[in-house]
Amino acid sequence: MATKEEILADVQKILAESLAVDEEDVTLDATLVDDLGAESIDLLEIVFAIEKNFGIKIDRSELIPEDLLTNTQYVVDGKLTAQGLDELQKRLPEADLEEFKLNPLVQNISKILTVNDLVNIVERKL
Amino acid sequence: MNWYWLDRFTLFESGKRAKAVKTITRAEGHLRDHFRFHPVAPGSLIIEGLAQTAGLMFNEATRFQKKIVLGKIPRLTFYDTEIVPGDVLEYEAIADYINEEGSMATVSVRREGTLIAEGALIFAHLGSDFASQKQFAEGDLEDLVRAYGMYEVGVDSEGNPLRDPATPAS
Repeated sequence: MATKEEILADVQKILAESLAVDEEDVTLDATLVDDLGAESIDLLEIVFAIEKNFGIKIDRSELIPEDLLTNTQYVVDGKLTAQGLDELQKRLPEADLEEFKLNPLVQNISKILTVNDLVNIVERKL
Repeated sequence: MNWYWLDRFTLFESGKRAKAVKTITRAEGHLRDHFRFHPVAPGSLIIEGLAQTAGLMFNEATRFQKKIVLGKIPRLTFYDTEIVPGDVLEYEAIADYINEEGSMATVSVRREGTLIAEGALIFAHLGSDFASQKQFAEGDLEDLVRAYGMYEVGVDSEGNPLRDPATPAS
């Protein structure tokens, strides 16, 4: 069983290669989209690389739940509703949403997923 | 449509691997200016040939139900860029990954067995958000696939010949 440090080391390598950033910038609290510049297609590559490296299955919607953000049931006036926030927390159980809840604008979703969340997702699935 | 950047498939294993050849000819219009008196095949169009080799492999693997577009070139290295009229390039794509949302292939280009370029390509499989946007004009994708001889050399995952859907079942 890999330790969290071992998972982090592999995740750092994968993210550094996929996103063309230095491994030292891939810190636990760095957000994938805002801090490391990941785009949608990068997330696909990251999913492929993580699945291959760790032998697990991840759905890209576990990283960024794009379908939820375009669902009018969960988004009103560009903000997630209380119901939307509940659903988001269910989808991203690892994510800390406290700060996001203060101003739950759809565009702020990019500030959510951190390297730590990704490491936790891998750890849960191993 | 005139966007043929390979000549024909020479091997096509459904969802696994595809090989195709492309002959560089002096008659290709762009070679008059790329470059004048010194025609060299543009690397971008060689990448397009690789993308067609891999992309059509993924199109067939998903039964032509997805809009498959080249999304990212995570790595690609050219070892030789002096590719001139008369050269016969062999493109190869090996499927690394495929799921609902996308696919990835390892690709290479060889000339007379010598490695010219190698790398990887990632494709996005566009979903219902793009349902209203046509990727190909009616019949163009089917024409492309037939022109490239996919059904002449292609085999399915069990090694049986691929069947052209336009041919009545025997």
